[in-house]
Amino acid sequence: MTGPLVGSAAGLLARALAAGGAEGAQGRGLRATQGQVLEWPTLVPLPVLVPLVAAGLALALARHRRAQAAVSTVALSVVLVTAVAMLVAVQDVGTLVVTVGGWPADVGISLVADQLSTLMLSVSSAVTLGVLVYSVAQGAADGDDGAPVAIFHPTYLVLSAGVSNAFLSGDLFNLYVGFEMLLAASFVLLTLGGTSARIRAGSTYVVVSIASSLVFLAAIALVYAATGTANLAQLPERLDGLPDGVRLVLHLSLLVAFGIKAAVFPLSAWLPDSYPTAPAPVTAVFAGLLTKVGVYAIIRTQTLLFPEGRLDDVLLVVALATMVFGILGAVAQSDIKRLLSFTLVSHIGYMVFGIAVGSVVGLASAIFYVIHHITVQTTLFLVLGLVERRGGTTSMDHLGGVAKISPLLGVLFFVPAMNLAGIPPLSGFLGKVGLIQAGVADGGVLPLVLVAGSVLTSLLTLYAVAKAWNRAFWSRPATVDREEETRAQEDDVPDAATTLSGVGEVHQRRGAVERAQGGSVLAPAAGERRTAAGALTGLEVDPDRVPVDMTRVPRGMVAPTAALVALGLSLTVLAGPLLRIAEDSALELLQRRPYVQAVLGQQAADRVASTTQAGDVLDGPPGSGR
Amino acid sequence: MSPSLALVAVVFVLVATGVYLVLERSLTRVLVGVILLSNGINVLFLLASGPAGAPPLVGSTPVSEMSDPLPQAMVLTAIVITLGLTAFLLAMAYRSWQLHGHDEVQDDVEDRQIRTRAGRDETSGSYDPDDEESPVEERSEDRRRAHASPAPADAPSGSRADRRERRGAARSAERRARGRGERP
Repeated sequence: MTGPLVGSAAGLLARALAAGGAEGAQGRGLRATQGQVLEWPTLVPLPVLVPLVAAGLALALARHRRAQAAVSTVALSVVLVTAVAMLVAVQDVGTLVVTVGGWPADVGISLVADQLSTLMLSVSSAVTLGVLVYSVAQGAADGDDGAPVAIFHPTYLVLSAGVSNAFLSGDLFNLYVGFEMLLAASFVLLTLGGTSARIRAGSTYVVVSIASSLVFLAAIALVYAATGTANLAQLPERLDGLPDGVRLVLHLSLLVAFGIKAAVFPLSAWLPDSYPTAPAPVTAVFAGLLTKVGVYAIIRTQTLLFPEGRLDDVLLVVALATMVFGILGAVAQSDIKRLLSFTLVSHIGYMVFGIAVGSVVGLASAIFYVIHHITVQTTLFLVLGLVERRGGTTSMDHLGGVAKISPLLGVLFFVPAMNLAGIPPLSGFLGKVGLIQAGVADGGVLPLVLVAGSVLTSLLTLYAVAKAWNRAFWSRPATVDREEETRAQEDDVPDAATTLSGVGEVHQRRGAVERAQGGSVLAPAAGERRTAAGALTGLEVDPDRVPVDMTRVPRGMVAPTAALVALGLSLTVLAGPLLRIAEDSALELLQRRPYVQAVLGQQAADRVASTTQAGDVLDGPPGSGR
Repeated sequence: MSPSLALVAVVFVLVATGVYLVLERSLTRVLVGVILLSNGINVLFLLASGPAGAPPLVGSTPVSEMSDPLPQAMVLTAIVITLGLTAFLLAMAYRSWQLHGHDEVQDDVEDRQIRTRAGRDETSGSYDPDDEESPVEERSEDRRRAHASPAPADAPSGSRADRRERRGAARSAERRARGRGERP
């Protein structure tokens, strides 16, 4: 990127922000680190505001691709810096609260950045930035012909703003707005280009998402009817005073709404259908973030609003079903993208398990697992995007020898895949051990069954990713005989169209589709690529055979992927401090009082009972002291 | 506070018809269903705000006679959001009609594949993970044989073993062929 361009974009951004009532992000952050504690809360709206303003800018700059990319990159970098600064600040000064528009907290909308929010925000913005850099490089490599990329950056920024808003929201209705922002953006991203496959996948996704939003909206109406508020800080006290039956109805309707978004088992069928069709960066960011926003909302519901754990057993059963059915689905897949979509569903079960156990250890491990999973799952989908560029497909039946053709891709896939399966000493292992410890410490029959279930799921995950590794990466380079393919097609026409088991790849590399529909349509360009392939691998190239597509993978796409792999590895190295933060935030969540106190003050906090377990651990006014 | 029964009935009818329509296949009907559903939920918000009162303008009416403004603000927001989503759904239905000549929600490709395979009594694509060499070719061969002589329905285990054996033979034959083919 050209320097002056970036500079002017940043200047524009700062001016726009100043006009909008906030101030330039970096100046504010710097001054705050110099010790003016009062300044910290001004950071809180930035993760929502900056991407939104930048989205407008990016839309205005639709014809200038580089400027657009610069604006998005700068905006998301600002968000990342802000999020990390807030994470550090929250450790020092306690929960940060901003009441938007200066209304009193009990009528206005408040944005609350506590430990959980800032932790989630930091990880999600790091991942979002990585995926953005990847997609910019991809756009640069593809020359942007045909795809309506002008809309990609603004929509992506709105998605990021929606995710931030959901994490920071201190109000149920604002949470709904955050969900809608990210959902509306995700609809556009998922159906980008409007191809047949994407419209097919998109219609399921859109209808299911709208249904979940409507359930959520109805739940908010019920909550408001019962308590007269939607403020997350006021709700604990008022919900505690409600009759049991009403509480149960509210609790269940909120859980159903969040369960659809988080894709827990009976409500998860939409996910593996819709995610694999999107472009690689989009799938990656969806897999990393969207379901985790649902998990975040479930954490809030279970700790802040309904801490007594009446539905814990239900959640445990659901978690077990999510883990087992998800991973069984993954084992049966022959397309790696679909396989990973199923592991995504399956591993949501681990997080729900931790939440349902409800102890400090369980909740802390669940939070740690969320962070681990955001990073790892995003990375894997990005790597698959690279594999798809290189090999033309992500179907295990057609890939082969990727690790030999490109050892770098092999390493990039192998490390996060092993991390996902939970091989020690990687972070996936640490998270799972924490969850198992929590389950054993609980000692009940159901938690012990879940411990067994999670070990089984872990093994099956290992089996699934090892299968993908063996068939796609470790085996011999795939050379699909053209004659065989043609015969397969003549043999059974409808099946030949589906032999790629393929939803995912249709849009991306035309070469793959041509090969699937019989090699005879191969363009002359493929011939050149074939020669290039021979030169690269040193294998003699048989003109009758079509080797793996040898398109070079742009370095700009490899670098962010590698950075995310490194981030995943750093979670292992930094597991100590991270787990400490996770435990702190779990404690804070279970106590409930710090949240209420930060928003409404000490008096309101005193009226809220904290959960028994956590109340015993710490006494005295918590939150501000740490 | 006792809610108005008429409003409850309105909510019930709107939500019930909305749910019925959302369960249809055609996206246009889903669209109408979504609109009905969201309107039903908006009325639910009005119910939640309690009995109707005077406009909530400070100074014009005493506070005790005002209606609760907060749910109205929420309803407004919800209406705007639903409008956007509805527009998107409509565009998608139109695009689907452009592409396919209808606007029906289609089955998942994988589901369809599994169903056709189940109908033909075949194993799934990833049944035998060992055959990384060329499962496509073998499956099509299987299919050809299955078409030629349908296996007796009362001996599934025998036919499976048989199929495995054939697979193995095909695989080794192919390995040999490939070994020859790739040697310079």
